[in-house]
Amino acid sequence: MISVQACLDGVLLGILFALIAYGMALQWGVMNIINIAQGDLVILGGYIAYFMYLYGIHPAWGVIVAPVIMFFVGIAIYKLVINKVVDRDLFISILATFGISILFMQLMNFAFGADVVLANSDYGTTMLFNNNVVLPNSKIFSAFISILFAICLVIYMKKSKLGRAIRATAQNARAAKILGVDTEKVYAATFGINAALCGVAGALISITFTIHPYMGLPYTIRSFMIVIVAGLGNLPGVAMSGMGLGVFEEFADYILGTEFRIGSVFLLLVLILVYRRFKLSRKREYLK
Amino acid sequence: MRLNKIILSFVSALVILFSTSVASFAKVVGDKIILGAAISLTGKYSSNGVHTQNGYNMAVDRINSMGGVKVGGKTYKFDIIYYDDESNPKRAAQLAERLISQDGVEFMLGPYSSGLTKAIAPVTEKYGVPMVEANGASRSLFTKGYKYLFAVLAPANLYLDVAIDLAVEKNNGKGVTVAMAFEQDAFSQDVRLGVLDAIKRTGSKKVIDDKLPKELNDMAATLVKVKQMKPDVLVVSGHTKGALTAIRQISEMKVDVPMLAMTHCDAAKLSKQHGKNSQYALCASQWHKTLTYKDDFFKDGMTYDADFTKEFGYAPPYQAAESSAALLVFKDAFERADSFDQKKVRDALAATNMQTFYGNIKFAEGGQNVDKPMVLFQVMCDDAGKCENKVVAPTKWASAKLIHPIPSWSKR
Repeated sequence: MISVQACLDGVLLGILFALIAYGMALQWGVMNIINIAQGDLVILGGYIAYFMYLYGIHPAWGVIVAPVIMFFVGIAIYKLVINKVVDRDLFISILATFGISILFMQLMNFAFGADVVLANSDYGTTMLFNNNVVLPNSKIFSAFISILFAICLVIYMKKSKLGRAIRATAQNARAAKILGVDTEKVYAATFGINAALCGVAGALISITFTIHPYMGLPYTIRSFMIVIVAGLGNLPGVAMSGMGLGVFEEFADYILGTEFRIGSVFLLLVLILVYRRFKLSRKREYLK
Repeated sequence: MRLNKIILSFVSALVILFSTSVASFAKVVGDKIILGAAISLTGKYSSNGVHTQNGYNMAVDRINSMGGVKVGGKTYKFDIIYYDDESNPKRAAQLAERLISQDGVEFMLGPYSSGLTKAIAPVTEKYGVPMVEANGASRSLFTKGYKYLFAVLAPANLYLDVAIDLAVEKNNGKGVTVAMAFEQDAFSQDVRLGVLDAIKRTGSKKVIDDKLPKELNDMAATLVKVKQMKPDVLVVSGHTKGALTAIRQISEMKVDVPMLAMTHCDAAKLSKQHGKNSQYALCASQWHKTLTYKDDFFKDGMTYDADFTKEFGYAPPYQAAESSAALLVFKDAFERADSFDQKKVRDALAATNMQTFYGNIKFAEGGQNVDKPMVLFQVMCDDAGKCENKVVAPTKWASAKLIHPIPSWSKR
């Protein structure tokens, strides 16, 4: 039963992380920008849900309100900073988003205070297998909403005009531009969509875990790892690697001890990268 | 060329700024005793930094309005120079250096947190500046042989060992099984060492010993283990994040333990944020308003609580109370030393033996306060869902009877 519990805990946690990683993969793929401020956008989304909770609105409504606000925050960040670094070197974009990350942390700390806060959903608990497996409904809700948003986004990317433009830009920005795609608009929308996804994830995190102005970085690192494992432009891969890492983490925690939890995930990442490199080197072809 | 000009004017502006702003403060200006403090007014410790500053200010106003400090037949008033250390140890050390070597401060008050106190202590020690600190509890501060560091609070290793003693007492003096979950930071690991000592001393047994990573806010795996092992006591220490996460996940996962003890409930505003879910949690605290210690300035805990609430608009957490106590200790030491000589004040501090509204204060060789036990309060809620913290241990200070074992979730 312990393994079932660990497995389910891992899957539910992984799905939530996958949603954040999904946004990161999208903008990395389209704009070639690694967003260090990803986690801070998540936390900002969390604060939106938290303030709704403070004013007596159920924090679950945050999953609708937070993405709307965060979409515009994303657009604003794009217009102010990102559009100046979008076609530059990857290093420049890392520096720029790192700066945004620090700015956001300090601003949130200034505006919301340095207390750790959370929003109570009072969703109760689901007991399975004769009460041996316990799942908080807030986690189930989070996973469900994450999946819902991911599916909606996939459909939107396939069917809508903007979605097609985003995909075209990701494949070849220059060609897309020549064919009449307004890449500037596409970039802004992509960054906005990413921020909106972070907003959803943040609202869910305020319901399931805790939020604090300086708690963003772990979410950036986790989503970065998920994208690295899954590869760019591989959206089902992101979902799988998110859940896989979640389950791996829970088992590592249970078997090796909590202190090895994060370490074992990093070890797994190194092993995957080494394996990838090994596979690539065998495939290497030479021009004659 | 233009760039050179800009740099030149920038540098000269800085030079002018420094030359005018470095006023020559000394230890005593006129009738003022100037103390220095680097406090976290911004950054991740800013909430507790503000509590610390409010505690200091409250005591300065009170002492000044009640006659000040009498040294050599003359009356002096306290004044404090504050700098914001941005919750950053490096910055705190720089500011301590600045307070001492530029501002001429000769007596210091401590910053917030063990980490920042650790950064400042070597500086004050180097210059022989007596520092009374109220918010650095880490045991390692008191084992380095510092001569000028004095802490009014009990060291971190004493935070939760009271809980183990209490559990053993409830088990008719027989050892208990203990599950531990501690964050991997200096403070929490010190708390852990104290618990390990208590386990050894009482013949108890540890069944889980998890070290929670700093960045993690998920304890589900630890709690699954707790459900399996069914320990008699679960102890958790991971600052406010640890306390909030533990209560949230224990209630969601319906984890039943006869006793749950943790740190930082006060700072986490546990009963406010979690309401009835936090009921029955035992919390280690340096101070509680219902304790019956007394002094001439703040009278007792209840009066301090009322006065502080009136002045700052919120009830004082223990971080504020202990900060106020630091000023009372300085006043007492100055008057006994009857001098502003740093060495004499240091010796007077070392010989402190007094009672304040916050507790008894007597320093050991290492600088920690050995005369004030930690208290444990339990979160108790009424039917309407209003929760209060009530002291349950040590028995001498208890204002309510401990509820033990904690009723199972199915019966709540």
